[in-house]
Amino acid sequence: MDIEKKNPQLPLFIIKLEIKMKNQKKNGFIKTPSGISGLDEITNGGFPKGRPILICGSAGCGKTLFATQFIVKGITDFNEPGVFMSFEETSKDLAQNVSSLGFDLNKLIAQDKLRIDHVRVERSEIEETGEYDLEGLFIRLGHAIDSIGAKRVVLDTIESLFAGINNTGLLRAEIRRLFQWLRDKGVTTVITGERGENTLTRQGLEEYISDCVILLDFRVIDQIATRRLRIVKYRGSTHGTNEYPFLIDANGISVMPITSLKLDYKSATEIISTGLPPLDAFFQKGGYYRGGNILVTGSAGTAKTILSTYFALSSCKRKERVLYFSFEESPDQLVRNMQSIGINIEPYIKSNLLLIHASRPTLQGLEMHLLVLLRLVNEFKPKTIIIDPISSLITIGSTSEVRAMLVRLMDIFKVNQINALFTSLTNPKQNEYSDPTVDAISSLADTWINLKNETKENERIRSLLIVKSRGMSHRNNECDFVINDKGIQLLPKNK
Amino acid sequence: MRKKSTITPLYVLKLYIAGASPNSVRAINNTKNICEKYLKGKYQLDIIDVHQQPSIAKSEQVVAVPLLIKFSPEPIKRLIGNMSDTEKVLKALAVDENVMNNNGEYR
Repeated sequence: MDIEKKNPQLPLFIIKLEIKMKNQKKNGFIKTPSGISGLDEITNGGFPKGRPILICGSAGCGKTLFATQFIVKGITDFNEPGVFMSFEETSKDLAQNVSSLGFDLNKLIAQDKLRIDHVRVERSEIEETGEYDLEGLFIRLGHAIDSIGAKRVVLDTIESLFAGINNTGLLRAEIRRLFQWLRDKGVTTVITGERGENTLTRQGLEEYISDCVILLDFRVIDQIATRRLRIVKYRGSTHGTNEYPFLIDANGISVMPITSLKLDYKSATEIISTGLPPLDAFFQKGGYYRGGNILVTGSAGTAKTILSTYFALSSCKRKERVLYFSFEESPDQLVRNMQSIGINIEPYIKSNLLLIHASRPTLQGLEMHLLVLLRLVNEFKPKTIIIDPISSLITIGSTSEVRAMLVRLMDIFKVNQINALFTSLTNPKQNEYSDPTVDAISSLADTWINLKNETKENERIRSLLIVKSRGMSHRNNECDFVINDKGIQLLPKNK
Repeated sequence: MRKKSTITPLYVLKLYIAGASPNSVRAINNTKNICEKYLKGKYQLDIIDVHQQPSIAKSEQVVAVPLLIKFSPEPIKRLIGNMSDTEKVLKALAVDENVMNNNGEYR
């Protein structure tokens, strides 16, 4: 009643209204976890509990899988039994199709946690001889729900009924009744629908489901496919409004919220070595900050990989794990090349302190790369990550996408206090500062080192310049260096 | 009334209804009338209330009710509705081919 005390001048009904709203807020909108990793972050907690949710999208965009994961995770992770009513696939087909994702439907059926009901409507067999309704479907569904105490239901795809039943007017009325009935039963229902030409679903199911509508999309840009998800509406709840990329892989669907991360991570004050003691001296505090993002740019052959290997090595020496993402060299090649300049990384690979993951950038889409990276981060738990070079990712995505991905990556690294070093190949003819990758990432980097190769009087002169170093002063002039069989040797300035 | 016969009846019909809804009642009456009028002595009709035996709904693929399934003679036919359209019912059951032309004698 503090509202009353605070605002004695307010009319009573307004006070009552405010108290009512406050209580509603407190009691809240009950949500249930969707079982799709990442989606609950976007929806602030999951699906509306006890209400219908529409998942729509064109053929092959993952609707059935989405629905299956909702049911299976509901059972395995949240102890909510589920009924899967399939209008397209038989129970056997469904179980086979999702077994590759590690979902064992038959086991769940045997445990009385799951019921699959395949509804088959064959128009050629059916003759309509007067008035009818879909009570049979209600009884079937009701029986399945009651027999296992289901909390979750999937109808995949109820629009198939339109192909089997002539009386669409009646069918619409019955589907509307079905959704209301499911709501009254208090089960959270995922309804899938095929994308129509001008509507979200062919039969306009979105008219009947107003609580939560999610649109799935499958796009191929430059021969690389990306799946995306968007929350079209979510009544009574705030939600992310962007298009979020999602992945289907061996663990099912996972959504990658690009912008769901916030800039609220702690920043460390600890300093770590660059791996090259003379270079440490260039920084006022003697190295990089822990958890920082380091960008190393330069044209071809300017020793970017060598500099990053030094950094990897310094981490290994601290007994901190390093994950090295190589988009150009295979692990063996990297080991051999480093040996030629007196750096031996092989023992660290053997002692499992250094993991080199080599893959071609064009092998998979950007999102897949990101996912592989994140999975390795989760499994290997590295303290340092090196991506060499990020510029090759540009070849598989537009600059804005790569930037979005890098922002996400950097945020994830920052949150986990992982030191990250990115190298980027710049075009020597171009100004380094206008290069697309540099443009995409330089403002995000905490430390930026630019490497250069110049030919003067028939001699190649290598030089290094610290462009920026957030949070500490640094040497401002270019420093020449040579590479010999003992590695990088910085040369004192003698001009 | 009905002749006792060891031969299986020509028509095996099952009518699935849901409770005592108006459509259910009408479907029962209509089906009984049609059978008595056109298939007298040559049919076997079972009436099943899906509410009482919900598991049957799944095994017999019941969606719309009332549903009349003709199991025999082949082909299997599924009729939905309250069976008020007698002509359509007779056509779907293929009564003329199987019965009418044979002057009441089957085959």
